[in-house]
Amino acid sequence: IQLDFWLSPRGPGDPVDVRVPFPSLQPLKVHLEANGVPYSIMIEDVQALVDREQMQMLRRRRFVPLSTSTFDYTSYHTLDEIHAFMDLLVAENPNLVSKLEIGRTTESRPIYVLKFSKGGTNRPAIWIDTGIHSREWVTQASGVWFAKKIVQEQEEGLATILDQMDIFLEIVTNPDGFVFTHTSNRMWRKTRSKHSGSLCVGVDPNRNWDAGFGGAGASSNPCSETYRGPYANSEPEVKAIVDFVKNHGNIKAFISIHSYSQLLLYPYGYTTTAVPDKEELNQIAKEAVAALSSLYGTNYKYGSIITTIYQASGGTIDWTYNQGIKYSFTFELRDTGRYGFLLPASQIVPTAQETWKALEVIMTYTRNHLY
Amino acid sequence: RAMAELPPSHSSASRAAALAAAYISHRHGSPGHGLALRDVRRARREDIDGIGHKYHLEFVLEDIFERDSTVNCTAEVLYHLGNKNSAPDVQFTIEGELKNTDEADNVFYNRIKSLKKELEAENIPDSYGNVPPEMQPIRALAWAASGYVIWQNSAEDTKYQLAQIKRVKQVKRTDEYLEFDYVILLHENVSQEIIPWQMTVLWHPQHGVAVTQNGRLPEHALD
Repeated sequence: IQLDFWLSPRGPGDPVDVRVPFPSLQPLKVHLEANGVPYSIMIEDVQALVDREQMQMLRRRRFVPLSTSTFDYTSYHTLDEIHAFMDLLVAENPNLVSKLEIGRTTESRPIYVLKFSKGGTNRPAIWIDTGIHSREWVTQASGVWFAKKIVQEQEEGLATILDQMDIFLEIVTNPDGFVFTHTSNRMWRKTRSKHSGSLCVGVDPNRNWDAGFGGAGASSNPCSETYRGPYANSEPEVKAIVDFVKNHGNIKAFISIHSYSQLLLYPYGYTTTAVPDKEELNQIAKEAVAALSSLYGTNYKYGSIITTIYQASGGTIDWTYNQGIKYSFTFELRDTGRYGFLLPASQIVPTAQETWKALEVIMTYTRNHLY
Repeated sequence: RAMAELPPSHSSASRAAALAAAYISHRHGSPGHGLALRDVRRARREDIDGIGHKYHLEFVLEDIFERDSTVNCTAEVLYHLGNKNSAPDVQFTIEGELKNTDEADNVFYNRIKSLKKELEAENIPDSYGNVPPEMQPIRALAWAASGYVIWQNSAEDTKYQLAQIKRVKQVKRTDEYLEFDYVILLHENVSQEIIPWQMTVLWHPQHGVAVTQNGRLPEHALD
């Protein structure tokens, strides 16, 4: 009868799990029913599950690129693949790119930042981060593309910027969450920290900053997607950036990238009070959005966080702005809900390309208005 | 009665427009045809004492299968004061004609009617945004049906989108209707929650999309 026990018989009263080949199904059912043994079906068709898993594994490119020229920018990658990409980029461009470890996550993963610098000491800098919310996959994928683009443009479009400024790029800002979206729950947003007293996991890293912390616009419920955390900077992923920014002391533009909604936003999120530099930031946003749209006609709206999306306290760019980093912006990339977080990979490169146009405007403006 | 012009980028305008788009999707959607919000052009808010807030909107919808095909719309969305159990009122007009998708609808209808075994699928789109071509109509149908669910459950401070179809299973029927049982994920943009939701959808090429049963599911329903 060829029964394959997945949970073997242990004793009377204990459950047994068994995989049954098709020809043995009927005889087994008859036998169980005749003997008054209750049963239920856990998996109808094991082969279907195995086939699906095979297909999924094959679809993922298992091929390991030998250079950043053979890397596939048109697909979504795992954390390991992105780390390998970073190391390749550094190895290929040792005079421009270096990899910094700025901290460790809750699950002890390294937090890496790429530094693009042509020299000098502690030059005024631009910071870009992607992937702070792990399910926003187009952002990490765009971050990878930006890294390559910076290298490609170092003597051309970016030359005047890199002659005076450094660029810091954190591609996977929430590594634990990112791994979780690959292994367990594609829709995971938060970190993976466990704070005592709750069964729920994770803190919203974009509510954990020390700006309006504790106020309206974040949740105190650990099970909520916008849980602020037990205290500001409780999350190592956030603390690492806070420490980096404070120690560096010379960051002049800070851009934190999310998806989706197609928006370019400036502070504040935690209060309706306008920032003192509102007119200037609004004008930069207007030009950046115009540049973005010029490529593929993608519609973006812009404005302050609180008027354009919602009240949000403890947000990244509210904190960076209050630290004195005047040119603080947040992007919400493609799309507007048709695919949402599940943006098809074919849209990665067009999204990165158009976003780059906006980033160029912000970076150029910053360089021309150093303070 | 006080009327105020809103910047089209304002969060209230986006939420009201998203609601109007969902409502229109439900009224006009089918397996062969879907509409999604492309852009908000103009928004005004009218505060009506004792009644609620009414949004006057001008916006653009795009065809989900042919993004270059767009249509201009106007709508009035009234959120009722106080009564959270009552769906907002939506009135809309569409400028011009919508694409005729009878052929695509009939092809899908005949295809499903001739299946030997009831259709079943999961994760549409998948994690990478892929939708197999034969699942596009199943997705368009869910898009239209979720428009109804979204409309029924929306308030002035919520913005729902269909995030994913977790499971769909065709239900055998003896009459001419097609019936599908869906478990979907809704993404609520303000709370950022991902909410599992069940909906039973009936459709026939000549009769439009009907949601005969729907309800929020507990978190562990996905396991």
